[in-house]
Amino acid sequence: MKRRSLLVGLGAAAVAGCSRIADSGPGARALAAAEDWHRKAQRLFAARTALAPEYDRAAISPSFRGNGSLTVDTDAYRASLASGFADWRLNVRGLVRHPLSLSMDNIRRLPQRTQVTRHDCVEGWSAIGEWTGPQLGLILSAAQLLPQAKYVVFRCADRLRGAPYYESIDLIDAFHPQTIVAHRLNGEPLPERNGAPLRLRVERQLGYKHAKYLTAIEAVASLDGIGGGAGGYWEDRGYQWYAGV
Amino acid sequence: MTRHALSTRLWHWLNLACVVVLFMSGLNISNAHPHLYWGDWGFDPRDAWLSVPRFPGWMTIPGHYSLAAARDWHILAAWPFALGLLFIWIAMLANGHFRRDIATGRREWRWAALRADIAAHLRLDFRHRRGGYNLLQRIAYGIVFGILLPLMIATGMGISPGWEPHLHWMIESMGGRQSVRSIHFVAAWALFGFVVVHVALVLLSRPLRQVRDMVTGGRR
Repeated sequence: MKRRSLLVGLGAAAVAGCSRIADSGPGARALAAAEDWHRKAQRLFAARTALAPEYDRAAISPSFRGNGSLTVDTDAYRASLASGFADWRLNVRGLVRHPLSLSMDNIRRLPQRTQVTRHDCVEGWSAIGEWTGPQLGLILSAAQLLPQAKYVVFRCADRLRGAPYYESIDLIDAFHPQTIVAHRLNGEPLPERNGAPLRLRVERQLGYKHAKYLTAIEAVASLDGIGGGAGGYWEDRGYQWYAGV
Repeated sequence: MTRHALSTRLWHWLNLACVVVLFMSGLNISNAHPHLYWGDWGFDPRDAWLSVPRFPGWMTIPGHYSLAAARDWHILAAWPFALGLLFIWIAMLANGHFRRDIATGRREWRWAALRADIAAHLRLDFRHRRGGYNLLQRIAYGIVFGILLPLMIATGMGISPGWEPHLHWMIESMGGRQSVRSIHFVAAWALFGFVVVHVALVLLSRPLRQVRDMVTGGRR
């Protein structure tokens, strides 16, 4: 029993030490900077357009787990879902020369990309699915980004614990060939729990970046002043903005 | 000549700090989804080959469940851990520590030698033969430096989706991302096992002198 209490004591000392470091200025800065070093290292050692692996259809998992918001709890959404999203609009706005308002029909008529990719949740689990939709780069090119645009923000219809979900990525990931606005999963219209009618796929990052229930895409120069300012719902709650680690 | 080179001592203590932070923050991360799978995918605990217990606060960094803060620590400590391993390998090869103390020749791999070493350990007889480590020590340090520590880094990078395009061949050769995650977990506990044995043997063989020498260098 003594040995166990020694181990508990050592564990508690390490926990306490780390918590003091995390609360100090330099400690907090180092903790925040480390994800940037990983992003820079990843982009240093391979092409910025390097592709995430794509699988055969045979590799698709038997079901695709829904996580986070599993629906949008509003009457407007339920009505839209019942009508097959005939009235759904994806607005493209912000620092663009030509703001767009796309219907589901508009989106389905764009050139499509279909990819069987693996979804990795920050919690640790993975699922494989086949996603179809136009490349985000295509939509952004149609809207014509202004030179000041540095990030793309995704606005969502869902609220998680009362706060609106949103996400953001930089232009390298926004124009990556596998970054698509998906409206189909495994050959069917996107299911409700997976973000119907539209969700982002940004294949080289963790699941929380793949915003669901998309209503708008906004080009911005800075993430300050949007939500809590950290670039996303989970980022405002302490998670890393760069989710490639 | 000192018993432990300056590079060895610096790395030893830096690496200890890294391993403690990585292991304890890793246990916090494990609590987010404490189920391990083989293959590319896995999300349903019913498909898990192993479901591990929730680790209590005194074992985790931070001391309460926070996947976000634990990942901050894990992602930060990964840097000195990986760069430190690169450093000690270069130093060990340059100063002869590896060749002299850790590498084994084919002639040493004899059952008789192994049996004699095991018997000596069981008698708690830790007198070293002149000038180096015994066979068991060489094997243990060889496994840690050559397999476990590099494997932690490789598998850690392998489960980071941003590294996947670079490391796809390695991930596939290990059986897919969820297999890599399982190996990351198993190797972490193997390292923990090494630390337990390592510390126990230090405590059994003149602990004060051992720790002092790892600080000051000591005499050969």
